[in-house]
Amino acid sequence: MSLTASFSLTRDTFTLSVDINLPASGITALFGPSGSGKTTLLRAIAGLEHIPGARITFQENIWQEDRTFVPTHLRRIGYVFQQACLFPHLSVRGNLEYGLHRTPIDNRRIRLDDAVDLLGIGALLERDPLTLSGGEQQRVAIARTLATSPQLLLMDEPLSSLDHKRKLEILPYLETLHRELALPVLYVSHATDEVARLADELVILRNGSILGSGPIQQMLTRLDLPLAHRGDAETLIQARVTNLDSEFGLAHLQAGDHKFIVTSAGLKAGDDVRLRISAHDVSLTLEQQRGTSIQNIFPVTVVETAPESDAQVMVKVMLGTNPLLARVTRKSVNELDIAAGKQLFAQIKGIAVLA
Amino acid sequence: MPASADLAALFLTLRLALLSTFILLVVGTPAAWWLARTQWRYKFLLEALVALPLVLPPTVLGFYLLIFLGANGPLAMLGGGSLAFTFSGLVIGSVIYSMPFVIQPLQDAFQAAGRRPLEVAATLGASPWERFLTIALPLARPGFITAAVLGFAHTIGEFGVVLMIGGNIPGRTQVLSIAIYDHVESLDYASAHLLAGGLILLSFLMLAAVYGANRRFRVVRL
Repeated sequence: MSLTASFSLTRDTFTLSVDINLPASGITALFGPSGSGKTTLLRAIAGLEHIPGARITFQENIWQEDRTFVPTHLRRIGYVFQQACLFPHLSVRGNLEYGLHRTPIDNRRIRLDDAVDLLGIGALLERDPLTLSGGEQQRVAIARTLATSPQLLLMDEPLSSLDHKRKLEILPYLETLHRELALPVLYVSHATDEVARLADELVILRNGSILGSGPIQQMLTRLDLPLAHRGDAETLIQARVTNLDSEFGLAHLQAGDHKFIVTSAGLKAGDDVRLRISAHDVSLTLEQQRGTSIQNIFPVTVVETAPESDAQVMVKVMLGTNPLLARVTRKSVNELDIAAGKQLFAQIKGIAVLA
Repeated sequence: MPASADLAALFLTLRLALLSTFILLVVGTPAAWWLARTQWRYKFLLEALVALPLVLPPTVLGFYLLIFLGANGPLAMLGGGSLAFTFSGLVIGSVIYSMPFVIQPLQDAFQAAGRRPLEVAATLGASPWERFLTIALPLARPGFITAAVLGFAHTIGEFGVVLMIGGNIPGRTQVLSIAIYDHVESLDYASAHLLAGGLILLSFLMLAAVYGANRRFRVVRL
């Protein structure tokens, strides 16, 4: 079960060279600045772009190889574009049924009603698409795509044309999609916050080539890749809420062998959450501090360091099996004698919880 | 009351305009679609050819059509018989003469809708033929209305081409514009008024009906 794409394409001075093998499950983010070739790669996978010499396969199907080129409408993909692009001459219902009616009955796995419920658009069905807000239009577009029961969902920055408020309106639906449908998704984005919330796997593109790909936690913390050196460098840790402390309004979470304590707003026991920990919010100490206001302090082992400037060093430590990033001063590295293998304590000042 | 010859001219004109418009829409739609979509680098040559009737004096077109369709022309030599001074000849002349007024609005409409809606339809499982019928045609609706109105109106108003290849045979090739010209030549202003005024009224009612029925769309903007 996998998606492979390999090709090389030169346009003017830009060369896009790709050779990837992606897992066909979960959400894989294609991440990179604009102009790095993300959309072209997605369009090639969809068959909207015919790149000579490309080889593209999905599971047991060969979509493109030598003289074989399966046209888009036979690929059983779903594609959500940046703009919703609803058909203006059809009602919302007409838009939703457009793809559904072209899906053979044997291939229908997602019911239209379920897609409508999932995206919360039940009240919009008889409306004229042009009267919907941008966020509503994009939700209809996503439901329209889901109603075709695609085997692979391709999303090209589906939130980028929306303002912040509308983004927050749609993100929960995408997360539900992720949880409730066993549908592999390839998600193009240049926004770290979207990627951190949604992605399981990450492919980093820059200037037409792939810098690296793998599970998101590893990609965020690989010191040889640019993500670990951004101003907002961060780590993700998967955790489960074990119990709530109603007296103090806190939630206790378990991640591997470690217990985290966070504010409990909106959480309940049994929730699976992602903890997002910024490299700025992690400090390192030689001994376990006592009498501190910081709740989350853990023993860690240094695995790698990388200087970022004259003054600052990025330190990667392991908290059990979870990597953690700490941005510290070079002076501290000298004073604490921080090097690979060193045992330290990490104090985590701030944790964002992504449901 | 208009003379029977004038009534015949009116009906002949309407028949000519309807038939020409119908043929132009049937032939022009695939042509405009192709022109709107092709990446062919020499397509500008065809676009120039389609636009040629816009700039040529109608008599030039009429002259060459007369030669082509006439008794000694290539068509007759191929066994097609002479079409000069026949209704069929008028239809051929009108179709060529009004071609740009139909193809250009259609091409513009197809281009304005863009590739994206068709790409979306493809990802929803629509074959190329379904995309054309269910997306491209409905989205180009304002263009079709413009094309039909302009093609029809332009055929009604044509004079030079008709005079060259159709002559002035009452009941067979005499159209309204030529009948009006005849009345003015013979100083019969009353009959000229009746036909000319009637044509103005007819045209206005027709355009008003089309605009009224399509208030949502931008119809004719030149």
